Amino acid sequence: MAEVKILTEFYHLPEYQTLAGYKAKGGYETLPKALKMQPQQIIDEVKASGLRGRGGAGFPTGMKWGFLPKNGEPRYLLCNADEGEPGTFKDRMMMERAPHQLIEGMIISAFAIGSNKGYIYVRGEYVYPIECLYKAIKEAYAAGLLGKNILGSGFDFDLDVYRGAGAYICGEETGMISSLEGLKGQPKLKPPFPAVQGYLRKPTIVNNVETLAAVTYIIKDGAQTYRKHGTEKSAGTKLFSVSGNVMKPGNYEVPLGYPLMDLIMKECGGMKPGRRLKAIIPGGSSAPVLTAEEVAKANLDYESLAGLGTMLGSGAVIVMDDSQCMVDMLGVLTHFYAHESCGQCTPCREGTGWLDKILHSILEGRGRLQDIDLLIKVADNMKGKTICALSDAAALPVLSFVTKFRDEFEFYVREGRSKVKGTTYAEMHH
Amino acid sequence: MFKLSDQGLAEVKKELNRYEAKDSAIIPSLYIAQKENNGFITPDIIRHLSQVMDIPEARINEVFKFYTMFNQKPVGKYHVQVCTNISCALEGGREMAKHICHELGVKFDEVTSDGRFTVSKVECLGSCGTAPMMQVNDTYHEKLTPETAMNLLRGMK
Repeated sequence: MAEVKILTEFYHLPEYQTLAGYKAKGGYETLPKALKMQPQQIIDEVKASGLRGRGGAGFPTGMKWGFLPKNGEPRYLLCNADEGEPGTFKDRMMMERAPHQLIEGMIISAFAIGSNKGYIYVRGEYVYPIECLYKAIKEAYAAGLLGKNILGSGFDFDLDVYRGAGAYICGEETGMISSLEGLKGQPKLKPPFPAVQGYLRKPTIVNNVETLAAVTYIIKDGAQTYRKHGTEKSAGTKLFSVSGNVMKPGNYEVPLGYPLMDLIMKECGGMKPGRRLKAIIPGGSSAPVLTAEEVAKANLDYESLAGLGTMLGSGAVIVMDDSQCMVDMLGVLTHFYAHESCGQCTPCREGTGWLDKILHSILEGRGRLQDIDLLIKVADNMKGKTICALSDAAALPVLSFVTKFRDEFEFYVREGRSKVKGTTYAEMHH
Repeated sequence: MFKLSDQGLAEVKKELNRYEAKDSAIIPSLYIAQKENNGFITPDIIRHLSQVMDIPEARINEVFKFYTMFNQKPVGKYHVQVCTNISCALEGGREMAKHICHELGVKFDEVTSDGRFTVSKVECLGSCGTAPMMQVNDTYHEKLTPETAMNLLRGMK
């Protein structure tokens, strides 16, 4: 097995960003076919493909679409392009290099679910991807691919871009909906789920950039062709964003089920000279960390990683070599989640703050041995007790780092300095 | 007393007509106002937007305070935002941020005496594979070293 380029085949071509370049490689050839199908046929095909949401949760896409009420009420299609999970940069590449791929996927998906209005919610810092999307949308309108009576099919679909303003929590679908409604991006209690009551309290489907782009390829070649890649329960290919201490970080499209070690050692060129693999966070910063021994057993699919107590998440693979201090790295993560908690739920607002304070008291040489168990206790009390998953996202790295690398935490408390680097936090960073 | 320019006012009105919910125009309007006020928002601006948009000040204020891309105090002509989250930290992002501050003679979030630079540490900007990186105003600069970062900044007039 090696890279399989379904979505990313033409990403190296600068002209693929434009309508003409996209069309030259077969772009928008699937749309007329889709518009001649019955919407339910498309939904059934997506269900049969086994496509699961590529934003992080991995929920079956066709099943999510099936939750929409059948009463013909107006509904919205929202593309989640917030991409705030540390380590994740795959959607940015797609928006920059292949914006029409996303637009075609959205038109087909909107037709399937009966939506006439869609938004792409992009994180505010992504100014260049937003420009690429605006340009592509303008081209698509001019070519009759968006707007009224698309390609003479009688189907209308309007698409717009919404620029976020810097809040990680807007990547959570109900937080994103709040933000699009002009509110603080605070998540909402579920149920009701967005498919029943979402944007402006209307039925709403929220899908990730990569998910929507994959729909085109499923309709183009059929569900069974798509299923030839990947595993029984994790079908298709997936974009993995690899960062950290490897020779060739970047985005790689591989079939689900691909061995994690092969991704690092073959596709990414392995570790830097003289360095050994120490640990990997396999699915974005909220996924529990794996030790090098666990990495050797891990395949990049939902089930394999769940079996190792972690998750595929957004496909962000963060690689750490043996020069890294795990106490220091966890400090980066606790700071991030404390900064990004929306403040709505007490266990998250207070818990993320406490985790960060305890961790930094250890890093600054003021830690006590009982603080290590206190970190575990606080994290344990945060799981599953809040409106959204940010609280869990903060707790899971803490639990895994402390459990799997406890010796480093104990050394730090006893000696007031890093076991790996031999220095204090102040010496490292001030 | 802050007032939007004629063009800014027209842009805000366009945003108000763009969405089905008027409140959806708050974030885009804050961007417009921030740009017209050299990169930061003041209580005056909130008051003015409230009048222009016919939305209570408190509603606009809560949105303004929630999102990190709206600045609550002045920034330099070039707002240098260095990512210090995990992927950048693994590749030296924090050391690079410290180096830039040292070279410019400022602490984080201060404006240099010539008004040109503010250096801030920020959370993940989605450039993890090309770490370390910094965003200067709207532009990403990636695969940096402390030296290449400073060379870029020195070239900014």
